[in-house]
Amino acid sequence: MPEIRNMTMNFGPQHPAAHGVLRLILEMDGEVIERADPHIGLLHRGTEKLAESKPFNQSIGYMDRLDYVSMMCNEHAYVMAIEKLLGVTPPRRAQYIRVMFAEITRILNHLLWLGAHGLDIGAMTIFLYCFREREDLMDCYEAVSGTRMHATYFRPGGVYRDLPLMMPKYEASKWHTQAEVDRLNINRQGSLLDFISSFTDRFPGCIDEYETLLTDNRIWKQRTVGIAEVTPERALQLGFTGPMLRGSGIAWDLRKKQPYDVYEQLDFDIPVGTNGDCYDRYLVRVEEMRQSNRIIQQCTDWLKQNPGPVMLDDHKLVPPSREKMKDDMESLIHHFKLFTEGYCVPAGEVYAAVEHPKGEFGIYLIADGANKPYRLKIRAPGFAHLASMNEMVKGHMLSDVVAVIGTQDIVFGEIDR
Amino acid sequence: MTESVTHLATTLAERFSDVLISCVTDRDETTLVIPAEHLLSVCGVLRDDALFAFTQLSDLCGVDYSTYGQVDWATNEATTTGFSRGRSANTPQHSANVDDNAVDDHAVDQRFAVVYHLLSIQHNTRLRLRCYLTGEHPRIASVVNIWCSADWFEREAFDLFGILFEGHPDLRRLLTDYGFIGHPFRKDFPLEGNVEVRYDPDKKRVVYQPVTITNRVLVPRVIRDDTRHVAAKEDQSDA
Repeated sequence: MPEIRNMTMNFGPQHPAAHGVLRLILEMDGEVIERADPHIGLLHRGTEKLAESKPFNQSIGYMDRLDYVSMMCNEHAYVMAIEKLLGVTPPRRAQYIRVMFAEITRILNHLLWLGAHGLDIGAMTIFLYCFREREDLMDCYEAVSGTRMHATYFRPGGVYRDLPLMMPKYEASKWHTQAEVDRLNINRQGSLLDFISSFTDRFPGCIDEYETLLTDNRIWKQRTVGIAEVTPERALQLGFTGPMLRGSGIAWDLRKKQPYDVYEQLDFDIPVGTNGDCYDRYLVRVEEMRQSNRIIQQCTDWLKQNPGPVMLDDHKLVPPSREKMKDDMESLIHHFKLFTEGYCVPAGEVYAAVEHPKGEFGIYLIADGANKPYRLKIRAPGFAHLASMNEMVKGHMLSDVVAVIGTQDIVFGEIDR
Repeated sequence: MTESVTHLATTLAERFSDVLISCVTDRDETTLVIPAEHLLSVCGVLRDDALFAFTQLSDLCGVDYSTYGQVDWATNEATTTGFSRGRSANTPQHSANVDDNAVDDHAVDQRFAVVYHLLSIQHNTRLRLRCYLTGEHPRIASVVNIWCSADWFEREAFDLFGILFEGHPDLRRLLTDYGFIGHPFRKDFPLEGNVEVRYDPDKKRVVYQPVTITNRVLVPRVIRDDTRHVAAKEDQSDA
């Protein structure tokens, strides 16, 4: 009788469905997965150690590069941790701007997730549809911070600057005629807030389009319904947070349960799933985009009516304006000290967590009173999710591994740190 | 929020009075410090007792306290003697006078600590649990049988700090390279590392060699006694 052995297969790290640099060692019995062993760390940059050697503000830019599809949410947790240590609260308008951009970021993240997840398991069109809307949101990032992705916009004490009153416009070139450019610029005539309002007005229609493509699609359902079911008890045990936990039916959302900034004042709902499979998690994320859209609408309404400062008036923490620095001695000194040495925070330790698009993103910060963190620990949601890979794919087919990687919303920037 | 946090702190202090080292509430966060040998029994109670119901382990991390409170430049005498104008690699690190709760409660030889962040969904509370460890190869019991999510977090802490978790089913390195030597997040591990890789065209393979870059400290580490923070602390202790 011939000896029958399981086959060991290597998946990744260079694989289009591995969402970056995931290496999976799969032990398979025919086409059924017996054991999955993810090997991570190929994108490990030692962000936490680097942050220990830099003043607090210089690490904000590193936060963008953790989960590089939800940049501002990472910054949000980091600046909240510093603010908690310092005991300062940013102005109301800054809090609304932060919440608005956190929700814009959530839509950005979910759009990329939806497009990539769809592409992975066989839906091509959805990817193009999602990237069409992402482009507008990237323009919002660019208008407010000058960069499309790595914004470094949130600062301890508020946000870097107020929302611009003019939206950048397309210019005619040899690829775009004036008529085309005029059409593209129709909703860019007013301020950034007007642009965002026009986006939120048409975005629910766009979500309807995505749902038409997928929600009742027979192939989509065959690939997602009943795949990688997780019970609520297991989801808690495995450290799931965010849509992964809500997909299993636990209504836990830090924006509602432990509200930060102005989430308490805003009206939105928390969608939950019932079966805890890939399809429910898809439905939860799609509904979250609708709710984020509602939050953004409420924020733009408030921001249009309430001008005010977007940064604390604290010269020991916030750099002075360029103008002041040039003609005031005190401001010049503060500017010099802030940029050569930074500020010292009182000794202590805090854990600040935000409801990141992927789950609970936490920053654990230990300070010994110096101008640099003593220890920074980043609690990345994807880390706990990927750790459960073995349990989620066991007994499924090889092609379902791709569906599970997709449903976990894996991004290696935050997992490897 | 504040009320429930103080309530939690008093309940914890009562329940674990026999094993407790300290239980402090700072900035609305409760920190429980216990000896490492009681870890499993305390964690079991924290998860299963309906009073606490910490069903989720949010985070687990190692900390190396060996250079806590040390600075590159002493600033308290600077006004009379002036700063040195540059910092060379051999500049000894000064120890600033820090009075802080975080270091009060552990002895000098306890270099490492493991910090657990727990979350109770039922009571909507968080708890930080810390165990100080001794020795160059610190050991602590694994909590993987209490919270499954500890699996990778413990592997990470082992990889980065060299903390051994007894009873962990599969304690391998997680984030660093295959065949990596050392524990990179220890404070005595250089920021630029020990080895670098490059492709060797003669040998036609990737080779490891000692690092060729040096670390430059652009912003020295300083601790300043900010009078505003000192005043705020005194206000707190008065109240």
